[in-house]
Amino acid sequence: MGNKQTIFTDEQLDAYQDCTFFTRKEILRLHGRYHELAPHLVPMDYTNDPDVKVPLALIVNMPELKENPFRNRIVESFSEDGQGNLSFNDFVDMFSVLSEMAPRELKAIYAFKIYDFNVDNYICKEDLEKTLNKLTKEELTPEEVNLVCEKAIEEADLDGDNKLSFADFENMITRAPDFLSTFHIRI
Amino acid sequence: MAGRVSFGSDLVTDIESPADEDGVHDSFSQLIQEQCHDLHDVIEMTPLDVEQESRDDFMYMEAPGYQRSDSDGPQQTDHLIGERWSSDTLKVLSSMPSRTIGRSRGAIISQYCNRTMQLRRHRQSRPSIQHFPRSARPSIRGYRVETDGAGFEEEESKRERLVNNLQNLSAHDRVRVLRAMPLSVAEKKELRMLVLNKAEHSVSQSQIPCCSQLKYYIIIALRHGWYGWLSFLSSLQLWQTALKCVGGRFGTGVLSYFVFLRTLLFFNVFLFLVTGLFLVVPQAIAHPEQNITVSSTWGLEVLTGAGYFSHSLLYYGYYSNQKLQTGHSCPPSKNVTSCSPGLSYNMPLVYFFTIGAAFFITCIILVYSMSKSFGQSFRIDKSKGLLAIKVFSSWDFKVIKKSSVRLQRANIGTQLKELVAEVNRQELKFPVLQRLCRLLIHMVAWIMCLAIIIASVLAVYYFSEHMHKDLIRTHASSSDPLLKEASLLAVPVVVSSINLLLPGFFNAVAWMEEYDSPSVLNYVSISRNLLLKVSVLGVLCYHWLGRVASDPHSLGLECWESFVGQELYRFLLMDFVFMLLDTFFGEFLWRLFSQKALKRKRKPVFDIARNVLELIYGQSLAWLGVLFSPLLPAVQIIKLLFLFYMKKVSLMMNCQASGKPWRACQMTTIFITLLCFPAFLGAAVCVTYTMWTMSPSKSCGPFRGLRTMFQAGKLWVQELAEVNPNLQWLASAHTYLVENPLFLFLSAGIFLIVIYFHSQVVDGQRKIIELLQEQIENEGEDKKFLITRLQDIHERKKGVTPRRVKGASEDSSYS
Repeated sequence: MGNKQTIFTDEQLDAYQDCTFFTRKEILRLHGRYHELAPHLVPMDYTNDPDVKVPLALIVNMPELKENPFRNRIVESFSEDGQGNLSFNDFVDMFSVLSEMAPRELKAIYAFKIYDFNVDNYICKEDLEKTLNKLTKEELTPEEVNLVCEKAIEEADLDGDNKLSFADFENMITRAPDFLSTFHIRI
Repeated sequence: MAGRVSFGSDLVTDIESPADEDGVHDSFSQLIQEQCHDLHDVIEMTPLDVEQESRDDFMYMEAPGYQRSDSDGPQQTDHLIGERWSSDTLKVLSSMPSRTIGRSRGAIISQYCNRTMQLRRHRQSRPSIQHFPRSARPSIRGYRVETDGAGFEEEESKRERLVNNLQNLSAHDRVRVLRAMPLSVAEKKELRMLVLNKAEHSVSQSQIPCCSQLKYYIIIALRHGWYGWLSFLSSLQLWQTALKCVGGRFGTGVLSYFVFLRTLLFFNVFLFLVTGLFLVVPQAIAHPEQNITVSSTWGLEVLTGAGYFSHSLLYYGYYSNQKLQTGHSCPPSKNVTSCSPGLSYNMPLVYFFTIGAAFFITCIILVYSMSKSFGQSFRIDKSKGLLAIKVFSSWDFKVIKKSSVRLQRANIGTQLKELVAEVNRQELKFPVLQRLCRLLIHMVAWIMCLAIIIASVLAVYYFSEHMHKDLIRTHASSSDPLLKEASLLAVPVVVSSINLLLPGFFNAVAWMEEYDSPSVLNYVSISRNLLLKVSVLGVLCYHWLGRVASDPHSLGLECWESFVGQELYRFLLMDFVFMLLDTFFGEFLWRLFSQKALKRKRKPVFDIARNVLELIYGQSLAWLGVLFSPLLPAVQIIKLLFLFYMKKVSLMMNCQASGKPWRACQMTTIFITLLCFPAFLGAAVCVTYTMWTMSPSKSCGPFRGLRTMFQAGKLWVQELAEVNPNLQWLASAHTYLVENPLFLFLSAGIFLIVIYFHSQVVDGQRKIIELLQEQIENEGEDKKFLITRLQDIHERKKGVTPRRVKGASEDSSYS
């Protein structure tokens, strides 16, 4: 392209373009954002694929995530080690899935991971309670929270095991037209 | 149902046996048979329990469980509580396919291996019904999902196969599959590298003739070019930061207004490019002879569009009706040899086809975006399960600002409370009197709104007639030209003020009524606004086409099309001016007033529906005017640009996020539909009517001298036929097909039939969805059954229940 940048090789940028929903410019911009999270940690030169991970505490301070009640879970779901330390690949992955162009199926898979707090591949009642508390903080009384959880599971659970498997979750999400527009972060 | 479970004998051998004790069984059926023996005897010992549970399918399982547990809840949940399960049951459970979806890398790779295989075989079409297996969970869906109990070697071979499949896909498909995989980017990059290495390897190895190698390089170059183009397009993304800012503070609802504005801008840019390139630029290069005196004084030109502008590129009248030549234009004679050679540009034909093509392409784009939007927002089956949906999809991840986040929290909490309360309480039977009262108020409100709409429509009708007569009168007399010009602005001002004030009145009326839900309120106010705007536009169209065009000489007009174009320019401009005033008074001053005088803490809320309808109204004016004023899209572009920044600034200063829910997806669909149906369709019908039946002015414009504008196409076809006798069929085709209304009726009828068929298909699919859901529930029951039996068997073997009495078997459990 026009300007010569030395952060990535052309091949690397092509690979990112093929594997995510971002264009070259956006990937360079993302790298800039990643760098400013931890300037002393993140090198400017990524041509030899350095193995650098930015810790969770720095990532959740991003303005896009700071006020999001699920910020910790989001970052943890995309991290390799499950602890929230993101390499640049994971960082790009996170914003790619949360971008406008990601298809519904992909978003549903990651949304399921985010709402599954105890990582047992089911959204059980406790997960749902935690989700609700994060959504509404002090708005609902504990009885109301309990009622909402039970009713939600009753509505969405298809195979009758009192918790939501991924199949139940996906089935419910296909009936939620707003999901695509709300599960979206602009970077 | 419970008895029709069939197991292959290989099931148990693949999974580790749940019973680690001696006496390994070959199949579950044998286990269950054995179980039956024991249970039967248990039942004989405890007749009381049996009687209680005799109706239940699970009675043979419940009997032992009932003994053990102390709880008196529903029986089956005892066996389904995880803590009671043994580790073996848990091991079995964790290997079940539904658990492994999306979890382990091996499972994902094998899943996508199958998907790519299917993609290779045929372009991914909707799977037909007979391909659905018996257990058709939505996410399994015909793709065989394998357990992750498969070893490491299996994963490697699956990987190989996936790489092979990916390699054989087209580049576009490959990228699409890669992007949609739920793997991490590092793994995806690895897969991609394997695929590309393999491709290069195979390319370099084989002796490819040079032409297909060339083809290979061309394809690579094209791909690079395509990526470069996409990059360029995305860098052009207009107002990305502004939209992010608005979305972060106000959420998706208000954001949808600005996104809609941007969409309209793109439509206008497209129109402008088409008309500019094909009409304005050629005409500008070749100046026609102008023997019309132009008044050189500058009056209210910018506002009225008349005066100095009336004989410019802006309007229809300027365009020539001859073939433009580089050099001088050629008289429209059949004798072509009298023309000097050069590039000839048949202006009337081009004018006709450009407008037609622009409308046609806009129609296609609109219908496509409308159908895509519909597909996303309105799902086939009725939405039950609102509570779960609300919990998982109502949090707007775009909202960044702290106060908006707090507001959103409160919003969602309120909605959830309402939903829960609704679920709990019975259908509140309002006393009949109260219901009647509400109905009466609704009727009164509607009557008031309709009355005022009719009144304003009549006002516009009579006022425009009065101004028309006034214009006729003053044309004869030589009054002050400035006053004459200002009087041209009277009707636009009246119409714009009606458009401004009446929605406020509707809001006041709606405030007096009581609605069940805010979305019903939204729909009602949108429909009232829409009714007003459609009727006002209808009256105006009648005024222009019926009054002005039918008798242009009474106004002293040589060129009625230019006059209509000017009118539309004036309307567009006045609309803009009034929107400015509305923003200033409606938002800025109202905020000051409500904060200082009424001492309210909250700032006013941005009225999304009303603003969007204003945009749609402006756009329909632009579409109506393209025929009469090819540069009108440029005016609309400038107006939209100003509007964006003005609205954004006003929003940031004066408004705050709404406390009411706004279903952005459905509303966006409704707005696009409104843009397509009343707005675009109405404009297209008007323009078609004009082209088909109205006779153009005799002394100006590209269609002077023709009977109708449509004749331009016909004459060209006839000319072609004369020049080249082989094309006679084209002329006859034109006469019999295009001009014959019967053909159009037939094609419309065929379209309707196709639409009917498709709607029947949708109905059928809805039924199938219901059946499939039922099937899922049945499968769930099966799973419950199996888990409890497994657990039972294990506990039994561990000797938890001391009772082990032999007895006759009973097979009735399987009837």
